[in-house]
This record gives sequence, structure tokens and C-alpha cells, in this order.
Amino acid sequence: MKTFTSRFLGNPRVYLGLIWLGSLLFVALTADFLAPVDPFAIVGRPMSNPSAAFPLGTDSLGRDVLAGLLHGTRATLLIAVLATLAAVAFGTFVGAVAGYYGRLIDDALMRFTEFFQTIPSFLFAIVLIAVLSPSAANVVIAIATVSWPPIARVVRGEVLTVKSREFVQAAVVAGQGDAAILLKQILPNTLSPLIVTGSLLVATAILVESALSFLGLGAPDVMSWGFMIGAGRSFMREAWWLVTVPGIAILLTVLAINMIGEGLNDALNPRLADL
Amino acid sequence: MKSGSLGGYVVRRLIQTVPVVLGVVIVNFLLLQLAPGDLATVLAGEAGGAPKEYIDQLRARFGHDQPVYIQLFNYLRNLIVLDLGYSFRQSAPVFDLLMQRLWPTLLLMVCTLVLSLGFGILMGLLAALWVRTWKDNAISVAAIIVYATPLFWVGLMLILVFSIRLDWFPTSGMEDVVAFHEGWARVADIAHHLVLPTLTLSLFYLALYARLMRASMLEQRGLDYVVTARAKGQSERRITTRHVFRNALLPVVTMAGVQTGGLIGGSVVVESIFAWPGLGQLAYQSLFARDYNLLLGIFFLSAVLVVVVNLIVDVVYVFLDPRIRIG
Repeated sequence: MKTFTSRFLGNPRVYLGLIWLGSLLFVALTADFLAPVDPFAIVGRPMSNPSAAFPLGTDSLGRDVLAGLLHGTRATLLIAVLATLAAVAFGTFVGAVAGYYGRLIDDALMRFTEFFQTIPSFLFAIVLIAVLSPSAANVVIAIATVSWPPIARVVRGEVLTVKSREFVQAAVVAGQGDAAILLKQILPNTLSPLIVTGSLLVATAILVESALSFLGLGAPDVMSWGFMIGAGRSFMREAWWLVTVPGIAILLTVLAINMIGEGLNDALNPRLADL
Repeated sequence: MKSGSLGGYVVRRLIQTVPVVLGVVIVNFLLLQLAPGDLATVLAGEAGGAPKEYIDQLRARFGHDQPVYIQLFNYLRNLIVLDLGYSFRQSAPVFDLLMQRLWPTLLLMVCTLVLSLGFGILMGLLAALWVRTWKDNAISVAAIIVYATPLFWVGLMLILVFSIRLDWFPTSGMEDVVAFHEGWARVADIAHHLVLPTLTLSLFYLALYARLMRASMLEQRGLDYVVTARAKGQSERRITTRHVFRNALLPVVTMAGVQTGGLIGGSVVVESIFAWPGLGQLAYQSLFARDYNLLLGIFFLSAVLVVVVNLIVDVVYVFLDPRIRIG
């Protein structure tokens, strides 16, 4: 029986994903140092070809594309991670309560979850932001609002199987309260599927965030990859790199997170790894 | 299966959809309440300002001076007769606008569904038959990459290559309006405009269905009934086509139903890129015109569309899988 670490890191896809994500994290933390200019500052002639001064050229207003890309890393990752954390927190709460209390509460909460799964989620996110007005916080709220249901379902399923186990019954007999049993006994045992679902959710959140920014619904005055593509789309004929480069950044990041998520899944559920 | 029981099943499923539709209506109503500025202030603002008495008068006329629960009741009553309000930006009732724009979106969605399901199932099937060969790897890697690609970027890249560089397909619109095509020429023209939007919307789902189909085929192939069929002396080809393939289809059909909502979200992006005159583009326009009546009308119609598709999928499912006994 191999250990978790060797199963996880022995997977070349996971390795590549971790390298890309690690470099992104580095860029996100040091963006101010790597590209000391404000990404919105006009620094050169509009739509200059890539050159030594601007390795990825400038956009239609003369902003440095490389600086935008580096600063965009931070915004894109931060919004996606925050939205995922919010979705995981809310989804875990709903799923845990539904699974633990069962009966009517379970029924009501699951209908509630199904409702959110039925409505067209991206359109709902758009409507939410249109009504709440675009801002970084509202983008996080909108993404979290449409992405918590899978978490709730996963957690509920796990809680249902764990709650009938003997150590939980022992805790009940020992007189622990519901909150303590849920938090200390049951939830720690639901972690592995939660980690897998949550990590894949970050990838979805990045896709949703960039689509929102592309449509002009992202946080204003925050440079993000989707915003760069949206700003460059009218100039594809003259400057193809304006849309191509940020798109590749999104693609590689989502790919890396998906590969890490699947690697986690294979490592945490070795029985299913052959499928 | 008796036809009577199927009818009963459909009716039961229809009744189950009522809470969802009602939920959407209530969410819609709450969002309208949340939206900054009500209709009266918007109209007054458009007229270049108005005295407070006039605004109050307008509010009274729209029933906005009533308590919230009465407003909700009025909103519900209007919806039942398909009155979704009036779009003051487009100077037309919201319902009429929606009906005009529904068909282009349905055309796009149906073409996408056929293309993504057809090719997705085929690719997944081939990958499963060629499992652990370079062909399987090629299909799987391509699917993983497409699965991670943002939809809007696919659209822009297709425009860049096939419209701007190669000039094979038009960049936008649903037909060449100045050409005044009629009959088959018009159909061909629309089909020509349809290629890139459909391809853009399809690729992600194609990858999704291919991955699902492959996993589903491999799972089914290891089940006991396959061993039984083999023991009976059936040929591998027959086992694959008659047994494994049919069972492997079920999760893909389920997923196709689940993805309808996603398809509508994707069509907002695709239609705004290709200026496809459907609901998605209308949503995009109403968004920036702050036309909340129209935007929420589109949201309501989309939700109803999802509910209807899920209903259809459930009925199809009963035909595909006789193990699902109704009731």
C-alpha cells in the first residue's frame, strides 16, 4: 500500500499542475515587484508589437500587457479562492445540517439545494451582479451563490454514512452536544471528498470570474485576465496577442487545478483510480 | 409499460416543477425589489427630472406604493397570464421580446446538443475501445484541455482563425440581412452563420460527454452481465454494441439534462460574441441598459426552459431504461 504522498506526487500530471500553480502563486505575491507599474497606467504607444520594453506589447490604450497579466494573476486567483471558500463554508453548513438532522430539515434543505442546481447558474450570477452592481465583493458573492450546491450534496452524503458509525454513537452516549459531534467527530471524516470537490471548484470559479469580467461585469479597477480579453476583443484584427495571451493563462491555470484535483481524487480514493 | 401510467408520471413530474418555478418567481421579485431605482424614478430621470408628487403618482399607478406582499401577489397574478412587464428601453412588452428572441437561441442550443452529444459519445466510445493506447491518450488529453478552456476565448480564437485569417465564416449575426435570401438560400445562409457559434458552445460539452462516456463504458465493461454475455458465447462486437454501449449511454443522457442551465449561460457569452440575435444577446443588452424587467424576464424563461428539458429527459429516461419503473 503506497502512501498518500507517493500516490499524489508520483503522478506526472499533478507534478506539472503544482509547478504551474506554484509559479502563479509566486507571481501573485510579487506582482508589485515584478511589474512595478500600475497595470492601468498608460506607458507606451497604443498597440505596440511585443518588444524589449514591452515583452507582450501594449493594448489599445497603451497599457503594458505583461504588467496586466502579472497583476491579473493576483485578482483572478484571489477572487476564485475567496468565492470557493465562501461556497465551501456555506455548502458544508447546509450539507452537514441536512445530513445530521435528517427528516424534515433534510428534505427542506435538499429541495433548497436542488432549486439552486436547477436554475441556470451563470445567468443567475449575471442577474445578481447586475442588481447588486459590479464590485470585487459582489463578484465573490455571485460566484459563491451559484457554486455551493455540489459541496452541500457531497457533505450531506458523507455525513449520512459517517453518522451511523460507532465512534459517533459513542460521542452521543458520552453526552457531547450536536455542534461538538458535527464539528469534532463527523466533519473531519468528510474531509477527503470535500477537498477534491473544493479544489475542482476553484477551477470553475476562475472560469466564471473570467467570463463575468469578459462581459464587463467584473470588479472595476481590478485588472483580471477576463477583463483583458474583453478589452482586446475589438482589436483582434490588429493585435491578436491581446486576447490570445491572457486566454492561454486562464487555460493553463484551469488545466493545472483540474489535474491537481483529479490527482487528489486518485490519491484519496485509490479504489477508483483505475477508472 | 402502459401509456396511462406514463401520462400519470408526466403529470406528477409536472406538479413537482411547480415549486421550482414559484421559487424562481419569488427570487425574481426579490431581485427587482433590490435593484437600484424603481421604474418611477427611472422614467422620471429619463424625462429629465420630475417633481416628487409626479413620481408618487407614477408609483401609485404601477402599484409600487402597496405593501410588498400585495406587490408580490400582483406580480404572480400577472405572470399567470404571461404578463412579464414592459421594457421601456425596447418599447415593447417583455413577453413579445422574449418570443422573438427565443427561436434563434433554441436553434443554437439544439444544434449544440446534437453536435456535442453525437461527437462526445463517439469520442468517448472510441477512447474506451482503444483504452490505454496512444489513440485513447490523444482523445483524453484533448478532452482535458478543451474542458479547461474558457468558452468566450474559444469563440474569439475561432473568429481569429476562421473569420479574420481564413475568411471562411462570418464573424457575427444570424443571416446576411442585406442579401434578402429566400427559401433554401436563406437556410444555407443561416447555417453558414451558425457554424462558429455552435462549434464554440459545443466544444466544452463535447469534451465533458466524451470523458463521461469513456468512464461509463469502462465501468460497464467490468460488470457481471458482460461476463454472462461472454459466457453465452456472444461476440465482443455484439457485447459492446448491444449491452455495454446502451447502458453506458444513461449517465451521459442524465448529464445532458443537467447541463441545460449551463448551456443557457454559455449562450449569453456566445451570443454576445457572435451578435447572435437570441435571448443571450438580449440579456447582455438589457444588462447594460439597466432594463431589469427584461433581464429578469429572460431569467424566468430560461429557468422554465431548464425545467421543461429536465422533464423531457426524465421521460426519455423511462424509455431508455426499463428498470426505472414509474411510481
